[in-house]
Amino acid sequence: MNHWVIAPLLLPLLAGVILLLVRGSAMQARRLISAVASIASIGLAVMLLMQVSDGGVLVYRLGNWQAPFGIVLVADHLAAIMLLVTAILATCVVLYAVRGGDQSGRYFHLLFQLQLFGLNGAFLTGDLFNLFVFFEVLLIASYGLLLHGGGANRTRAGLHYVVLNLIGSTLFLFAVGTLYGVLGTLNMADLAQGIGSLDDDNVGVVRAAGLLLFVVFALKAALAPLHMWLPGAYSYTSLPVAAMFAIMTKVGAYAILRVYSLMFGADNGPTAGLLDPWLLPLALLTVAAGTVGLLASQRLAEQAAYLVVVSAGTLLTAFGLGGTAAVSAGLYYLAHTTFATAALFMLADIISRLRGPVSDRLIAGPTLPHGQLFPGLFLLVILAVTGIPPLSGFVGKFLILQSAADSVWMSWVFGVLLVTSLLGIVAMARSGSQIFFEVDSAAEPAAALQAADLAGLALLLVSGIALVIFAGPVYDFSAHAAAQLMEPSGYLNAVLNPGIAELPR
Amino acid sequence: MEALITLVIAVLTSCGVYLSLRGRTFPVVLGLTLLSYAVNVFLFITGRLILAAPPIIQDGRVEYADPLPQALVLTAIVISFGMTAFVVILSLRARAELGNDHVDGDEAGRR
Repeated sequence: MNHWVIAPLLLPLLAGVILLLVRGSAMQARRLISAVASIASIGLAVMLLMQVSDGGVLVYRLGNWQAPFGIVLVADHLAAIMLLVTAILATCVVLYAVRGGDQSGRYFHLLFQLQLFGLNGAFLTGDLFNLFVFFEVLLIASYGLLLHGGGANRTRAGLHYVVLNLIGSTLFLFAVGTLYGVLGTLNMADLAQGIGSLDDDNVGVVRAAGLLLFVVFALKAALAPLHMWLPGAYSYTSLPVAAMFAIMTKVGAYAILRVYSLMFGADNGPTAGLLDPWLLPLALLTVAAGTVGLLASQRLAEQAAYLVVVSAGTLLTAFGLGGTAAVSAGLYYLAHTTFATAALFMLADIISRLRGPVSDRLIAGPTLPHGQLFPGLFLLVILAVTGIPPLSGFVGKFLILQSAADSVWMSWVFGVLLVTSLLGIVAMARSGSQIFFEVDSAAEPAAALQAADLAGLALLLVSGIALVIFAGPVYDFSAHAAAQLMEPSGYLNAVLNPGIAELPR
Repeated sequence: MEALITLVIAVLTSCGVYLSLRGRTFPVVLGLTLLSYAVNVFLFITGRLILAAPPIIQDGRVEYADPLPQALVLTAIVISFGMTAFVVILSLRARAELGNDHVDGDEAGRR
């Protein structure tokens, strides 16, 4: 049994425990631990990626209990991609936060590592109840991070976020309980087999549980009409935290992709195609609703938050189209949009610090220092976020549109995605001209930045550019991931029928 | 017995939904608590209602209670207990910072 599969869980947990033990020590020591753990998690993710790149599915049986009796961790292509994206994002956010963003509260790095623990666990687990537990772990850490620093707006947004997610967790438990009551198992592979050979009596109950799960995942993924919580929560939290939260909606999208390709897949018995009538229309509605919010926003952080909604909608459009081409385009877009929206949050934070009391409101403020540096960076990030060539956003959107060309929904997908892209450019061009050109000469500019403040942002932009340069290999890998998802027998066999050599003794 | 426990879950859930839709934090917290009670009972009975049966293997017994829902409900209780404590503290802090106990922080949307 390959023990490296559990390493991405143990590393942030261990770092979190160490950070808890040294919580009274100097800030520099805590920053070092957090940064080292985040950078090491990139190494672990790359290693797992290499190990699964031959098409195999790595299964780790906790306590060596054979599935479905014990809990398993499963690393396949999709999990490896998610781990790597999370690790890169986490490293960039830590590099940015150590420049001062982590000082608003004492436990930033501790909560940050525990959030990574929850995220990595959610991506690796092969058990539905375990997925619930890891969702709770990452949510509990995110509640703490979201409220970091306090303030009236942040507390109000945090209260909404916490209450909504508690209701979401309750619905998740109802769905899990229903599935267990009918099928007697919680292992996702075993559930998939049980659903494939379901009695007619139980089809309705399982469909209800499946759709209840969809409501929960849609809430996490900010799918309309359950996206209302996101703009407030993301735009009022401290922006380094919001940059990390760029991955949080992707957890919901990941869960939708995993559960509905495995358990309610196209060939899997009487519940096949459970989401077909829902996912694509709602995803397009999300894109449209997010764009309307983007146009109406009064602050740069709020615009970034609505861009997260738009990107969640675009991602789920790809997943809703289904099929290998669309899902692999979606996975490419997922990596791109995580980096791009995080970069926008970081840039919004830097700009609002430089503008002093005007902050990130879209009104005339002081002239920014450093000449053309910030307009240039803003242009670069906006090109990536809105999907204009030559950056990764264009490649991602192009792949999604290409995969929609044969679909019956083609005109809807093309219409909504292209029109909202144009409106997104209009909205962001307006805020760019308001921030950089409409200068209030009476206002005092804040102190200049140091080069190290830009390290995290620069690394995110480099990752985005690397996605364009290495688009071929990245797309190939995500195509393999999509093929694995469309053909779940490999996953089922690896979990439920391990070879003789693998069997516990 | 099944009908009674179903009714209990239904009443708890509907009270929980009603309360969590209220405009002030105290009823919302109570509503979340009732919802978590409902789901705990629900999880517990997913292993079916069986009287006086052991959950682990014993000689000479043929009927067993399902031990897994009991483990699940224990996890769910711990999580919901922790979350309830957290949301109580958060509501108190919102009351202190916003100056009132309305979930939106102002009296305009008063119900």
